[in-house]
Amino acid sequence: MTGEMGELPRVLPPVPVRNLPAHEGRYGAPGLRGRALIGEVERSGLTGRGGAAYPAGKKLAAVRERAGLRGAVVIANGMESEPASAKDALLLARAPHLVLDGIALAAEATSARAAYLCVRRQAQADALAAAIAERGGYDPVPVQLALVSERYVSSAESSLVRYLSGGPALPGFTPPRPFERGVRGRPTLVSNVETLANLALISRRGARWFRSAGTASAPGTALVTVSGAVRRPGVYEIAFGTPLQDVLALAGGAGTGGVQAVLAGGYFGSWLPGRALGTPAAPDALRAAGTSFGAGIFLILPAAGCGLAETARVVRYLAGQGAGQCGPCLNGLPAIADALEQVAFGTGSGGRGAHGRALRGLRDLFGLVEGRGACHLPDGVARLAASALRVFADDLRSHERGPCLAARGRPVFAVPSGSGRASGSARAAGSGRAAGPAVAWEASA
Amino acid sequence: MSKRLRVNPILCEAHGVCAELLPELIGLDPWGYPILAPGPVPPSLESLARRTVTSCPALALLLENSS
Repeated sequence: MTGEMGELPRVLPPVPVRNLPAHEGRYGAPGLRGRALIGEVERSGLTGRGGAAYPAGKKLAAVRERAGLRGAVVIANGMESEPASAKDALLLARAPHLVLDGIALAAEATSARAAYLCVRRQAQADALAAAIAERGGYDPVPVQLALVSERYVSSAESSLVRYLSGGPALPGFTPPRPFERGVRGRPTLVSNVETLANLALISRRGARWFRSAGTASAPGTALVTVSGAVRRPGVYEIAFGTPLQDVLALAGGAGTGGVQAVLAGGYFGSWLPGRALGTPAAPDALRAAGTSFGAGIFLILPAAGCGLAETARVVRYLAGQGAGQCGPCLNGLPAIADALEQVAFGTGSGGRGAHGRALRGLRDLFGLVEGRGACHLPDGVARLAASALRVFADDLRSHERGPCLAARGRPVFAVPSGSGRASGSARAAGSGRAAGPAVAWEASA
Repeated sequence: MSKRLRVNPILCEAHGVCAELLPELIGLDPWGYPILAPGPVPPSLESLARRTVTSCPALALLLENSS
C-alpha cells in the first residue's frame, strides 16, 4: 500500500487499477465517513479540480444541511468537455474504483438518495459500467451512469442538473445554484471526478497527509494536461505550487527556441507570457499572475508560433459551441471571432483601418458579452481574447500590415473542427472529438 | 428591503418592451437585448419596475429582493 507523506503519485496510479480486489489491495478500505469526513475534508483544504477551485468541504456541508427528508443528489462530473484536457478520462481509466469510492462517500456524507456519474464517450461508459457492476451492494446508493452529449457547455453543472432532471444538457438560469435546488428540485452536489478521488484518499489518510503535498494555500496534488510545443505531451500529477518550468520539464521540456507563452486553464483560461514560467502552478499564484489554473491545462506556444492566430482559432471553435440560448452570447461570440480573425489573418484589403476598427470593436464586444449569459462561456471567451491582446501586444502592431509567417503556417494547437459537436444533441457520445483527442492521453508521470 | 432587477437571458427574446417602459434603468445592446443599470432599484422607480416586469412578453425580467 502506498500513502507516505508527500509521496506522488496519489490519485493517478502508474498502471491501471481496474478491479476491486486490486483497488483494495492498493488503497485499503475507506476510513472516515459521513459528517466526520466532511470535517476532515474542510481541514484538508481540498478544492474542486474541475476549474472553479471551490472549497470541497464547504460544498459538501451546504448540500448535507439542505438534504432534509427528500434527500440530496450527487453528480460526479467526468465530462471533461475542454478539448485540451485529458486528465479526467485518464483518471477514470486508471483508477475507476477510487472515483466510485469518492462518489459513495460523498453520497453517504450528504444523505443522497441518488448518485450519477456523467461521461461523454460510449467506451468510457462501458468500462465504468463493468466497474460499477463489480461493486454490487458495496455502495449506499447505486451509481447511475449518464452518457451526455459532447457540447462544450454540457459539462457546466447547471447543464448536468437539467439533463438529469429530464431536460436538455444545456446551461440553466442560476441562482438558485444546484446545491440549493438541483436535480428535480433536490439539493445537488456536483463534483469533478478528480475531486472525488481525492475525497476517497482523505477518508483513508486524513487531512494532515493531504496537506503534506502542495502549498499552505493550495494543498494537495493536481492532474495537469500539458500539450502544444513539448516533447512528451500528456497527463501528469503534480504537487500544487510546482513552478511551471518544472511542469514543462515533466512533459519533456519545450522544443527548440523556447516558450513564447502558455495558455493556462485551457480554452476557458488565458495567456501567460513565457517569461513568467517561474510562476507556481496553483490557483492562487496563477490568478495573481493574471491567468488561472482552471482544470490544470497548459498549452505551450513555441517561439515560432503566432498567439493571435491560435487564439482566433480557439475563439472561433468556442463561438460555435454555445447553446444558442442567450442573445448576447449568440450574437457577440461570432462577432468577437470575426474581429479576432481580422486582427490575426486580415490581409489588408480593408487596409490598416480594418485592423484598427476590429481592435476597437473587440474592446466594446468584451463588455457586451461579459456576465450576460446563463453560463460563463461568454465571460471565458472575452477573458481569453483580452489576454491575447495583452500578451501579444507587440504582434498586434506587426499584424497591421497583414498576417505574420506563423499565422500563415500550420496551427500549433489541435482545435476540434467543432461543427459536428455544436449541432448534435444526441445522447450517445459517438466517435469522440471531431479532430481526435487534442492530447495523447496515454502518457503520464 | 431594496429590490434588484435581473434578466433571465435564456427566456429573453429581445422584444425591447422593458427598455421602452423603464429607460431610467434599462438600455439595449446592439442586438436588442437589455442591459440593466447596476445596483438596487431606487424606491421611486419600484412600482414602475414592477409594472415593467409584468409587461415582459417573455417573462424574462425579474424583480428580486437584494440579499
